[in-house]
Amino acid sequence: MLQIRIHGRGGQGVVTAAEMLSIAAFEQGRHAQAFPSFGSERTGAPVVSFCRIDDKPIRSREPISAPDVLIIQDANLLHQVDVFQGLVPNGHVLINSGRTVSELGLDEIAARMPPGHVITLPATEIAQKHLGRPLPNAVLLGGFAALTGMITLEAVVHGIHDKFKGQIAERNAAAATEAYDLLRAKETQ
Amino acid sequence: MISQMEGSQAVAQSVALCRPEVICAYPISPQTHIVEGLGALVKGGKLAPCEFLNVESEFAAMSVAIGSSATGARTYTATASQGLLFMVEAIYNASGLGLPIVMTVANRAIGAPINIWNDHSDSMSQRDCGWLQLFAESNQEAVDLHIQAFRLAEELSMPVMVCMDGFILTHAYEQLELPSQAQVDRFLPPYEPRQVLDPAEPVSIGAMVGPEAFMEVRYLAHAKQTMALELIPEIAAEFAAEFGRAAGGLTRGYRIEDAETIVVALGSVVGTLEETVDALRDAGEKIGILSIRSYRPFPLAAVRAALKGAKRVVVLEKSFSVGMGGVVSADVRMALSGIQLNGYTVVAGLGGRPITQASLRRMLADAVEDKLPPLSFLDLNRDVVDRQLEREARVRRSGPVAENLLRDVSGQTKKPEVSA
Repeated sequence: MLQIRIHGRGGQGVVTAAEMLSIAAFEQGRHAQAFPSFGSERTGAPVVSFCRIDDKPIRSREPISAPDVLIIQDANLLHQVDVFQGLVPNGHVLINSGRTVSELGLDEIAARMPPGHVITLPATEIAQKHLGRPLPNAVLLGGFAALTGMITLEAVVHGIHDKFKGQIAERNAAAATEAYDLLRAKETQ
Repeated sequence: MISQMEGSQAVAQSVALCRPEVICAYPISPQTHIVEGLGALVKGGKLAPCEFLNVESEFAAMSVAIGSSATGARTYTATASQGLLFMVEAIYNASGLGLPIVMTVANRAIGAPINIWNDHSDSMSQRDCGWLQLFAESNQEAVDLHIQAFRLAEELSMPVMVCMDGFILTHAYEQLELPSQAQVDRFLPPYEPRQVLDPAEPVSIGAMVGPEAFMEVRYLAHAKQTMALELIPEIAAEFAAEFGRAAGGLTRGYRIEDAETIVVALGSVVGTLEETVDALRDAGEKIGILSIRSYRPFPLAAVRAALKGAKRVVVLEKSFSVGMGGVVSADVRMALSGIQLNGYTVVAGLGGRPITQASLRRMLADAVEDKLPPLSFLDLNRDVVDRQLEREARVRRSGPVAENLLRDVSGQTKKPEVSA
């Protein structure tokens, strides 16, 4: 089973991100479960959502305490919440930031993980460019597909189209694709 | 069709397939997405003929439901927590009058302290109100139980609550199969009321009944619930034949055939328990689960038959009778009267406290060695409890309990390792 935990702030689409990811996994024939942390949903407050992906039906309903993948939608949370709590040793971390892992002061954590498992992605900038709004959730899912290879970009785009309609879906899909291509290009460098 | 969707949206679709004619509701978390979904279906013309009434309170919601059901309309509403409590007087009237309303309860704790998260305090507080109460383990089962609930309610002319864990199920995306309209139509015939307010054949509903017949009216309500003990498995079997999957029924056993230890539970925690029980089975423990799917009527005989061969029974419940202990446990004890076995009540998940496999494993390790106290609370933070008790012993004006505990708990929480 693959367990993903998404940290962000109310209004950033943290819950929607987990839902889209579950739809993407379902599209690829997997079983998936997405749910929010059920906090009081205030704009700006720290929010957590969860997604489990497996090849068999998922029965457990507890929050994810040992994630395989962490997606951090707001890098400022690094100083506010222990986002790395329970992360498995070979896990992946994707952080929304225009700064490098070193600039974020995460060298120590990155050194504990396999190379390339802790990365940053300027998701807010990419979202701003495509959507005109700082909504990084779909962008980060494109990044997730590139980083982990666990879900295809096509499935992510399908998930986006399931949750959004018309131009908003198209723009989010384009933003996710740019993020995917950006990270793929970095990997092949 | 199998799709990946939110539990609340799935329930809204399922209720719509049952062709309700009146839906009245007042929004309250975590029920809101269900009635929003239904409201959109009515407004979009996809659910017709149906009147969707926005009412000014939960008391009004149940009152409108009573009125519309009495005129012969298939009627649906949904609520949770304080909303359920606010409609209590009308809830008793709905069952007392024998009106087959179906209501979803998106289970949530009751304040004070204010808490929006899941436990079973709300519907358990209404266990004696005369409604049938069915519990869903998953969103698929929630979908399926609503279809069965209308059938059950209308055959008995009694109201039915479908209880599903708030947030844990209502807000979870998972894959599920929605039946077709043709399937539901075959299973659920149009509503044929036993009593109806009809100007062509005038009757009154809601007589004042004195000592000469009140007990008999109440007894008949009990007799109907007793009949439901037979009807619920019949409807579940018919459902399985039509829809090709099992749902509902009185109880469901999981690996209980040779079990020495059986955990009794209701609702979505059964899934987490199954994972834990599988791990314990792998380690050689003879352990299983009895999921209670019909809480009212309470299936005394089925529970007794399932548990009588066990050495010990652990009732894991998300409800708590202050000053007494377990709510479900009392009913389970009644089912086991005269049978000698070790019984334990474990109260868990109150106010949304996560029920983790790690905690369940720890608790069940104690249980199989008969080291559990008769009543315990899973993951109770004893330190903050003791600190408050000590504070109250020390000073007269010890202050509000909830605020004190929040302060103590935040003092215990670890700060992030990464520095700014």
